[in-house]
Amino acid sequence: MTALKHPQILLASDLADGEVVFLGAESWERDHRRARVARDKEEAAALEGFGKAEIAKNRVVDVYLADVDVGADGVPTPLHYREKMRLKGPSVRPDLGKQAKGGA
Amino acid sequence: MTAHDPSLARPNTPVTTYRYDEFDAAFVRERVAEFREQVRRRLEGSLTEEEFRPFRLMNGLYLQLHAYMLRVAIPYGTLTARQMRRLADIADKYDRGYGHFTTRQNLQYNWPKLIDTPDILEALAEVEMHAIQTSGNCIRNVTADHFSGVAPDEIEDPRATAEFLRQWSSAHPEFSFLPRKFKIAVTGAEHDRAAIMVHDVGLRIVKNAAGEVGYQVVIGGGLGRTPFVGKVLRDYVPRADLLAYLEAVMRVYNRFGRRDNKYKARIKILVHEKGIEEVRAAVEAEFAAMDRSAFSYDPAEFERIAGFFTPPPYEALPAESAKLRAERVTHPAFGNFAEVNAAPHRVPGYAIVTVSLKPIGGIPGDATSQQMRVLAEASERFGFGELRISHEQNVILPHVKQDDLFDLWKLLDGAGLATANAGLVSDIISCPGLDYCALATARSIPIAQAISKRFSDLSRQRRIGKLGIKISGCINACGHHHVGAIGILGLEKKGQESYQITLGGDPTFSASIGEILGPGVTAEQVPDVIEHIVDFYLAERQEGETFIETWRRIGHARFKDVLRREGEDGADI
Repeated sequence: MTALKHPQILLASDLADGEVVFLGAESWERDHRRARVARDKEEAAALEGFGKAEIAKNRVVDVYLADVDVGADGVPTPLHYREKMRLKGPSVRPDLGKQAKGGA
Repeated sequence: MTAHDPSLARPNTPVTTYRYDEFDAAFVRERVAEFREQVRRRLEGSLTEEEFRPFRLMNGLYLQLHAYMLRVAIPYGTLTARQMRRLADIADKYDRGYGHFTTRQNLQYNWPKLIDTPDILEALAEVEMHAIQTSGNCIRNVTADHFSGVAPDEIEDPRATAEFLRQWSSAHPEFSFLPRKFKIAVTGAEHDRAAIMVHDVGLRIVKNAAGEVGYQVVIGGGLGRTPFVGKVLRDYVPRADLLAYLEAVMRVYNRFGRRDNKYKARIKILVHEKGIEEVRAAVEAEFAAMDRSAFSYDPAEFERIAGFFTPPPYEALPAESAKLRAERVTHPAFGNFAEVNAAPHRVPGYAIVTVSLKPIGGIPGDATSQQMRVLAEASERFGFGELRISHEQNVILPHVKQDDLFDLWKLLDGAGLATANAGLVSDIISCPGLDYCALATARSIPIAQAISKRFSDLSRQRRIGKLGIKISGCINACGHHHVGAIGILGLEKKGQESYQITLGGDPTFSASIGEILGPGVTAEQVPDVIEHIVDFYLAERQEGETFIETWRRIGHARFKDVLRREGEDGADI
């Protein structure tokens, strides 16, 4: 087991509608709170491998790992402001994006 | 019955806009059908993303932070009421009820689904619109002065030339895979409202000693990570030679433009590295050697195109409207609007109206579908059914009777479209930044909103006068920050959004690239810094001087010094 500097989650965009999705326990989730968290390099590599296979199956595009902080409730929050924004939607339009659906 | 009688409004037949011929219509329809098939194959899995990506980009479809984004071309910024309504309908049916007008006279939808995009393109094609060449390494949507055909200082309406170029460049087989994207702007006036000096090719309509109309050709301008002001390639190219000469320019760029490094692939780098003389020699050699028969000028064809841009049936009116004069006094808010947003027109009794898409605290360039419909209605009731989109992200009504300005203002005011700030400090150009764009490194819209709120007092804005603030959320400079009198560039610094401020940029014929004021500041600090800059300008300016004139007179160092004293050691500024 090789430690990661920070835990990671896998993000992608859904092919059909472009919405941000997160790899969960079984499949792609639209709510980051259900994202599977990789805590070591082997787990992160497994997430990435799954993501590549999903690209090949034409379900998602633009797959990548992002560093997160995991709260006491187990919910991962990205460390970088770019991914924090992807979790919610445009900061200037709180009525749009995932935040409008109560997803973030 | 007058030309402004609403009953005479003829949807989709304003008298001063180009209409597709059979070839145009068939071409766009074929492209939609082709893309529909490509999307089908992508969704069923027979096309990979790598294979599909160039196809979607050829149709203006990007994948951004939260969703796909579709960029729709508005050639030379001209739009009919029917087209504007269709944009509104698409926003409601396929997007989230709004659209974003850009600095390249395009409209962007921020939330389309891939599966819907062929239907969107079909809906656009029905009103003679498309998204072709709004992306990719090709000649992009040709832009032009948004006051074309109505500006008092105009030599010739540049839209006929822009349309001529659109037809030449659309699906041009030799220039569909250039080293990088290629942007052309055209102006026909004595004052530049098309920023031609910062385009890959800028065309300025001029007259020679014999009084014949031709073109000054400027090349190698551009912003982005390496900004340059363009250089004059030729002072005069006769109209008969224009297409052949531009063909020669493009061939030289296509042959010698760098393909080893995308950041060095624009023609501005070629001009910078080789020098304008060497590039000129290559272009002239190509021009002299090429078979020009394919580009032989057909004056009848140019005149046919120009015929679409003939003036509408204006009424004979006094130069100044007594009705307007009285209404300005009785309704001060309207008076401010008329003073700031209405510009002189070449025809007596008319005005050019800028409808600001920059309400105080709003998102620059955004319009709701309802606002788009109001704009369409306004153009039909008060402006021969024609609208323009400016590179400053505003909407222009080019033919408004002065007598109608008050009624127009009431209509616009009811839709939140009557902000009297055209050209003032809150009329801020801003790219979408990190709120939408996958390339951005920082947000730009919230910065524009904060500055706009700080200067919300419109009477204070008028005292400050014309002042262009331009904001980009990354070094690609879609918000034109390099040519803002005050430019703001959003960057990432140690994991935080940081904003670099420049002063002295100018997008007109006297173009200049702004100079950096100092180290970056935080988002929260930006409004304070801008206010200090503006206060210093107000203290230093001489009678009648604009910001850029004061800055040029007293020099950058003075601004830098005073702001350094505002901070502890200048480190924050």
